[in-house]
Amino acid sequence: MTTDHSLSAEDLHLSYGDADIISGLSLELPAGDITGIVGANACGKSTLLKSMSRLLTPRQGRVILDGRQVHSMPAKQLARTLGLLPQTPIAPEGITVADLVGRGRHPHQGAFSRWSAADDLAVAEALDVTGTADLADRSVDELSGGQRQRVWIAMALAQQTDILLLDEPTTFLDVNHQVEVLDLLTELNARSGVTIVMVLHDLNLAARYCDRLVMLAGGGIHAAGTPAEVLTEDNVEEVFGLANRIIDDPVSGQPLMLPIGRHRTLC
Amino acid sequence: MSPTPTRSLIPSTTAEAVAGLRRARTRRWASVVTVLSVLVIAVFVASLMIGQTFYPIDEVARVVAGQQVPGASFTVGRLRLPRAVLAVLVGLCFGLGGVTFQTMLRNPLASPDIIGISSGASAAAVFGIVTLGLGSTGVSVLAIVAGLGVALLIYALAFKNGAAGIRLILVGIGISSMLTALINWELTRAAQWDLQEALRWLAGSLNGANWDAVIPVLIALVILSPLLIGQSKSLSITQLGDDTAEALGVGVSRTRLFVIVTAVGLIAFATAAAGPVAFVAFLSGPIAARLTGPGPSPLIPAGLVGALLVLTADLVGQFALGTRYPVGVVTGILGAPYLLYLIIRINRSGGSL
Repeated sequence: MTTDHSLSAEDLHLSYGDADIISGLSLELPAGDITGIVGANACGKSTLLKSMSRLLTPRQGRVILDGRQVHSMPAKQLARTLGLLPQTPIAPEGITVADLVGRGRHPHQGAFSRWSAADDLAVAEALDVTGTADLADRSVDELSGGQRQRVWIAMALAQQTDILLLDEPTTFLDVNHQVEVLDLLTELNARSGVTIVMVLHDLNLAARYCDRLVMLAGGGIHAAGTPAEVLTEDNVEEVFGLANRIIDDPVSGQPLMLPIGRHRTLC
Repeated sequence: MSPTPTRSLIPSTTAEAVAGLRRARTRRWASVVTVLSVLVIAVFVASLMIGQTFYPIDEVARVVAGQQVPGASFTVGRLRLPRAVLAVLVGLCFGLGGVTFQTMLRNPLASPDIIGISSGASAAAVFGIVTLGLGSTGVSVLAIVAGLGVALLIYALAFKNGAAGIRLILVGIGISSMLTALINWELTRAAQWDLQEALRWLAGSLNGANWDAVIPVLIALVILSPLLIGQSKSLSITQLGDDTAEALGVGVSRTRLFVIVTAVGLIAFATAAAGPVAFVAFLSGPIAARLTGPGPSPLIPAGLVGALLVLTADLVGQFALGTRYPVGVVTGILGAPYLLYLIIRINRSGGSL
């Protein structure tokens, strides 16, 4: 179990067409940690995640994995170390859960090589860990949102990478399923030491489940560090333009952000 | 996590279930391919026997083996054999090419005969015949080049900012209408003697098939289909969306361009030999996918369905309807209701292949 991979970005400039999204961002992602990327809408969270997994070529700067530039590594080799679950993956119509999770084995297979017992085991393990083994022969179309998200995570797990990037893995889920998915990722991280980097919308869940937070604003990093260092009243005010109070989460001991709107407040 | 199956604490039951499901999918795929192959061979043999004169199977076998059989040698050897062989090859090409586009763009409407690639070949052929007065080889070359050209034009227009399946289909339908207008304009100014030849390029026909027409399609199929089938794994990964496919180590743009050029090559060579046999590229993939079930690669089954469609439609068009109809008319009549069904269904659910 090798988890001593280092993933970092150096002076990253990212843009779509003429629009600069990220300019001059440098970031180091510690191995074995759960890192949450937070920030306001359209601040470049997903864009950053995409460029870390070479889906987007930076205009300037580079992403380094174990001393090698991600954008010059062979695609399949990279896909054996670093996995990404995009925000809206597409399930082919009618595909079964086991088949979909099996697609995660692609980077481990040659163009004509046969399916191996190791592939079956990896798929089975991914199904078991995510609690989707019972669904194996079901069609993905029939599943609920929470089940489907667990199946997609299972697919990413079948890829057996030491680093896993997830783009808003809890979006569109009920709060119980959000917690379930985050618990699952936490167990995965604790059990196998998988480095997890995820974009999260919910600041409080991010503070509770992540070892480190990276808060983006204005095309760069506004704050980075432990949840207690990053989720402060000043930072939330500056990045989201939202008056707020931070208290101690009585459940987790991490910071808990309470927004202060114009109405329905005591003072 | 590293793949260390020996030390896994996972109960073997899930792994066995996964392996069982996978084997069941493979078995179903294999039996579909076997049944389709048998059917193609059966209709192929039948089309050698049936005609204005019926030849029993032993005489047909002797002709195919190269013996001289009075009467049969000419009718079967010179007329029916090249026609049936061309039907199989053209069907394979259309089936493979069509399902490739449908899989890649995750949309059954994205077949080359809907998005203007076949019209590109047809329009160029009609232009070659009517305006340039080219011979048959010149027309074929022009059709192949135009098919590829139109495909790359649609690709360039539609993929300007990364991927967009639906944009490619809309651009393709637009270009297809423009090309149809061009074809109509050419036809109105065509001389009487060119008209017959030009019409062959519009519906698709195996009339007058000979070995000279078979050879280029055969060469294209032998070279291009292994290249295409070699990409079937990557192709099935691209169905998960561009980002997911990239994350799984598939170079999406490269795969897409390679597959488009290969599939268009197959379509263009088949069109050059028999015209754009209507709807075969469009129908084969969905029929094959229905037969194999979701999951396994539909490429080979779709090719076989295409061959079966063209063979059967040609046989029906020649002998079952009183008058002799070109094969494209029969497949056109088969395909139109399916197109309507598909449009209604997509309208309702936004489904894919």
